[in-house]
Amino acid sequence: MSDVKKFMYLNRRAPYGTIYAWESLEVVLIGAAFDQEVSLMFVDDGVFQLVKGSDTSESDMKNFTPTYRTLGDYGVRHMYVDKASLEARGLTQDDLIEVAWEDWETEEEVDNIVEILDSKEIAKKLEESDVVFSF
Amino acid sequence: MKLAVQVNEGPYQHQATDSAYHFTKAALEKGHEVFRVFFYHDGVLNGTRLTTPPQDDRNIVNRWVELAEKYDLDLVLCVAAAQRRGIVDDGEAERNGKDATNIAPKFRISGLGQLIEAAIQCDRLVVFGD
Repeated sequence: MSDVKKFMYLNRRAPYGTIYAWESLEVVLIGAAFDQEVSLMFVDDGVFQLVKGSDTSESDMKNFTPTYRTLGDYGVRHMYVDKASLEARGLTQDDLIEVAWEDWETEEEVDNIVEILDSKEIAKKLEESDVVFSF
Repeated sequence: MKLAVQVNEGPYQHQATDSAYHFTKAALEKGHEVFRVFFYHDGVLNGTRLTTPPQDDRNIVNRWVELAEKYDLDLVLCVAAAQRRGIVDDGEAERNGKDATNIAPKFRISGLGQLIEAAIQCDRLVVFGD
């Protein structure tokens, strides 16, 4: 299938201060119908998008963190987190949600597709992508 | 080269929309194909015909319209982003019971699938934003 491209959604901003995170997620959800090879990447304040236990009840904002947990069902195969961004914000992988993935045809399963990478690996993943959507 | 352009910021507030315009114009003048310009986030505000900048300033909306007329450019506003920000065409006015439309000529409102399709079809997707 030569028409399958490697899509990378690069998320750089905190989830609720601006609309970028939510509208990025909307592209990922719609894009699932196009059967491309889809990865997400979280750098800078974007790492806050994956922090578990977020509570938006007093800010009158829809809490969309649960949606990230379902991304495995939307054809997202990898979710990469920048190690330096995480550490700079005092976060570790334990603070992040887990996202499971399963291939319905082969029944191959991955318990958690959220993966922490160092800067070199992050750069390599971006380099390998055919399309980078930057939000 | 076959190019797709994505505009993520509103006009006047941010340079992204100016850069996107100049890039698109230059690419077309060089003979490249611009398959589509897709407006997302506040970028959809590039597509309201009610924009009235001061006379001594550039008219960003009209600039897009003129470019589209000259090169038959496909200018697409994301429907979800447009609904949130009050950009309305005839179809949206009817569907959502609005009493007016404000979409500029040569623009059309469509889904995010148009962005994905452009990314698949083109050699490059060039994103302008913050």
